[in-house]
Amino acid sequence: MNWLILALVVWLGGWWANVWLSHSARAGTRGVRLLVPAIFGLSLLVIWQGLVRGLNVPQVILPAPSDIAVKMSESLPILREDFLQTFVKGALSGYVMGCGAAVLTAVAIDRSVFLQRGLLPVGNFVAALPIVGIAPIFVMWFGFDWQSKAAVVVVMVYFPVLVNTVEGLRASEAMQRDLMATWGASYWQSLFKLRLPAAMPFIFNGLKIATTLALIGAIVAEFFGSPIRGMGFRISTEVGRMNLDMVWAEIAVAALAGSAFYGVVAVIEKAVTFWHPSQRV
Amino acid sequence: MKNAWPILTVVISLLAIWYAGAVWMNAQWVRDQAARAGTTVTVSQLFIGTMNLDRPVLPAPHQVVMELWKTVVDTSITSKRSLVYHAWVTLSATLLGFAIGTTAGVLLAVGIVHNRAMDMSVMPWAIASQTIPILAIAPMVIVVMSAIGITGIVPKAMISAYLSFFPVVVGMVKGLRSPDAMQTDLLRTYNASATQTLWRLRWPASMPYFFTSLKVGVAAALVGAIVGELPTGAVAGLGARLLAGSYYGQTVQIWSALVMAALVAAALVGIIGVVQRATLKRMGMSR
Repeated sequence: MNWLILALVVWLGGWWANVWLSHSARAGTRGVRLLVPAIFGLSLLVIWQGLVRGLNVPQVILPAPSDIAVKMSESLPILREDFLQTFVKGALSGYVMGCGAAVLTAVAIDRSVFLQRGLLPVGNFVAALPIVGIAPIFVMWFGFDWQSKAAVVVVMVYFPVLVNTVEGLRASEAMQRDLMATWGASYWQSLFKLRLPAAMPFIFNGLKIATTLALIGAIVAEFFGSPIRGMGFRISTEVGRMNLDMVWAEIAVAALAGSAFYGVVAVIEKAVTFWHPSQRV
Repeated sequence: MKNAWPILTVVISLLAIWYAGAVWMNAQWVRDQAARAGTTVTVSQLFIGTMNLDRPVLPAPHQVVMELWKTVVDTSITSKRSLVYHAWVTLSATLLGFAIGTTAGVLLAVGIVHNRAMDMSVMPWAIASQTIPILAIAPMVIVVMSAIGITGIVPKAMISAYLSFFPVVVGMVKGLRSPDAMQTDLLRTYNASATQTLWRLRWPASMPYFFTSLKVGVAAALVGAIVGELPTGAVAGLGARLLAGSYYGQTVQIWSALVMAALVAAALVGIIGVVQRATLKRMGMSR
């Protein structure tokens, strides 16, 4: 009963605090902008804890956040091993290969308007398809280990990055290109000094979309077969054994890894495209 | 239609690469068979052999088309061998989840636009959630819901709903905020209430954003339904066909399920695109 009262108090208190904060005079400041979502997230966690404990929800249905935290701290070596297998070996290597191949393809077809006209609609179409479905095929081709996961990731990230890069290479203005021409710049000079830098906001847009896709591809591909480590493997087997605290721990790691990955790409973007209006705050 | 030729060229060359890949990847198997039989294969025998294997490493496109024809046209749609039956199982979960997720997403977006506290608390999480591989929770949702007695279409639809929810929220918040200050000021001088502003200005103005996020959402919902079919074991649906095919090495079956999934996705996105064009045209917003 106490837990339920705590949950209710925190709910109302957090609600009141956020309404007050967001209507206060300082609502626009950076601190409050961070504080409000933090209060929201924390009170959600406490309400979750309170409801699970107060209503005696069995662990096989929904473990309490404290159980998950305990499990996480207990099984750090396993989580680390799974992280290395899925994120570093599977997702990251596939991400680098896929994005690299996509940018190179975009530069390669840059001179051919014909190929661009053909590839862009096809690329846009493929980007909407359920590409994770190729996972079982790639697991057959490349084996159970991380190579097959990296291959799935390559295909998943390739098309969004390709489409964005091709679009970005068209982003420089006619006047800028004319200026390069008046300086007698060669194709490659104008590509490296003007058009690739101008394309960077678009390329990074694709790279950011690809971060989430990479992690999804690596995890889902493990559902189709993997060695006895990896986040997707752990999730599917521990679900079968009803160890839901372990599953939630893996999901927490996946969420942290996903956000951190996105954050790193966003930071690099900020450093590379510092000149773009959207970065000049 | 000036793009028709380039697209056709790209598609044909992709098919050619596919055929070449089928010959290349299946050649080893054909050679091994021949070596076991104590014969050698000529180039033409090798080519024909790689095209017609039972369980090829990479099936040739025509094998996939024949399998599709067999399971779509030649099999009655009530049979469990029919791909239409499996596609319908997946599609129904997708559509139910998509409807739930879209409705909830639009409602939350309306709340976010009208309530400052909600905006500041929920919006950062909605954006952050797009960087999280939400699909990873699919197996858990399925198993937990079946543990409390909910099976069938609902758990899969929940995953679809969850996946289509966040793109719709983010897109709709942007759309509902797209009217500029001059337009909202005008409605204020008319003394319009918040509800009137919503129906007469914000909602119509958000339509382009609405359809764009619907397209993202429906693609995500389909992926969610397919992945949601994996942990229950291969029962029914396109995901189950993928899994069963991977268990038994039935590559042709995997590829045909994959092509079917692609067709379903293309049809869903295409339908939304047609509705989008018609709606925006009537509203005078088409570009």
